[in-house]
Amino acid sequence: MTEFAIAFEKVSLAFDDKVVLRDVSFSLERGHTKIVIGASGSGKSTILRLILGLLKPDGGQIRINGERVDQMHEEALMKVRAGLGMVFQEGALFDSLTVRENVGYQLFEETTMPIPEVDARVGEVLGFVGLGEFVGRMPSELSGGQRRRVAIARALTSKPKVLLYDEPTTGLDPITALTVDDEIIKLRDLEGVSAILVTHQLRDAFYVATHEAVKQGDQITFVPASPEKAAMTEFLMLKDGGVAFEGAADALRHSDDPYLKAFLS
Amino acid sequence: MTWLTQWLKSALQQVQEYFILLGKVARGLVTPPFYARDVIEQFDAIGAGSLTVVLLTGTFTGMVLALQSGITLDKFGARSMVGQLVSASMVKELGPVLTALMVCGRVGSGIAAELGSMTVTDQISALRALGTDPVRKLVIPRVIAGTLMVPLLTVVADGVGLVGAWLIAATQLKVASAPFWNSVVAGLYIEDVWMGLIKPFFLGFVIVSIGCYVGLGTKGGTQGVGRATTNAVVAGSVVVLAVDFLVTKLLFMVLY
Repeated sequence: MTEFAIAFEKVSLAFDDKVVLRDVSFSLERGHTKIVIGASGSGKSTILRLILGLLKPDGGQIRINGERVDQMHEEALMKVRAGLGMVFQEGALFDSLTVRENVGYQLFEETTMPIPEVDARVGEVLGFVGLGEFVGRMPSELSGGQRRRVAIARALTSKPKVLLYDEPTTGLDPITALTVDDEIIKLRDLEGVSAILVTHQLRDAFYVATHEAVKQGDQITFVPASPEKAAMTEFLMLKDGGVAFEGAADALRHSDDPYLKAFLS
Repeated sequence: MTWLTQWLKSALQQVQEYFILLGKVARGLVTPPFYARDVIEQFDAIGAGSLTVVLLTGTFTGMVLALQSGITLDKFGARSMVGQLVSASMVKELGPVLTALMVCGRVGSGIAAELGSMTVTDQISALRALGTDPVRKLVIPRVIAGTLMVPLLTVVADGVGLVGAWLIAATQLKVASAPFWNSVVAGLYIEDVWMGLIKPFFLGFVIVSIGCYVGLGTKGGTQGVGRATTNAVVAGSVVVLAVDFLVTKLLFMVLY
């Protein structure tokens, strides 16, 4: 039996009278990416908060690496969260800390790793997102795109096996958004990270789903994805609290469903 | 009636949530992890950072107290007893309460604004996602620093208040220094000193814990942060006065 990185089974959640999720089920295979799309308020970001345990579902089961987390106590959840990386909307960088302190936060504060080793890891992940020279800057000195990339670096520091992206390109210009998309592709293809990408930027969603990163020496290029690689990224569309579509980019593009057509147009 | 029921329910819920937060603080104080560096940072932010406002408040309160009471005491030919009156008022009541109100305005609002901003910009969620308990990292260091720093600031306020009163007594009321300071000592009993030292621990605790509670519960973007700041100061100030009364009553039973 495949052990999924993340599995939702009939998960429901309502805030007072407003039903956000109704019997939502899906699973994410290891090394794969699931792109969650849907209208504003359809519960996309809520899915990420449920995975992290920041919200508790009213019903159903949530498993991370086979371990049930929906009823877990906060302290036990801290250990589960150590294996997850989250990139929040707008980055959610700590204003009072430098880029170095933000990126190395988890290692500085929650481990006994020696400072030189933490700094080496911070340099490594900042280099990965192309911001190695920004180590001493404050978040207020960064552009929107740089903040998102620092947020990605922060999520990567503890080498998580699963990354959760909450609208990582919203509010960015298309060129900057592309640099963030490239980071997501690199992590999937070169690091084997499983990911859930929540977005309503369809251009970015299809770019991530249809491209792959290829490394030749020190050079990384982004080319149209091979069929095997393309099959590793699936879409999940939410509508009225339920799953309206689940499948590959091609199937989504060629769907005859009027709602999906309207959404994609 | 429905409105009243709703209001009561909401108020009770908030009190319940506040006590749940205090329960988490109590647990976090005795179980690891501890964030010692944050505690030291908060000692500086709350203690050293509030020194100027407390020095000014204490000095001017002592000065005006000497001026006002000097004029009244003059009517009874007891001008030389101004030190007695000032010391009893400052040490027992005005020092602790005014220091607490000043700290509430400066620190309580600051904490609510800082934690409120962190809440609405997802920084608190990011902390949790990175495996850090916000109560241990943010609330406990502030509560420890507030509880220990307000008594120290009160002692400073009492001291400069008496110096301010002495300045006025010497320059305006023409009371010589020796009778003034003798009268200061004569006006104080050891129970008064204990009362003046014990109360600020409670006041510091409520100011900071209310600031943290209000900040962490912030909703509604930047407007919510503004609301949280106001609420922290208003609720903190009212609770300071209420707790001052209750602790005074309790200490009267225990000490006197």
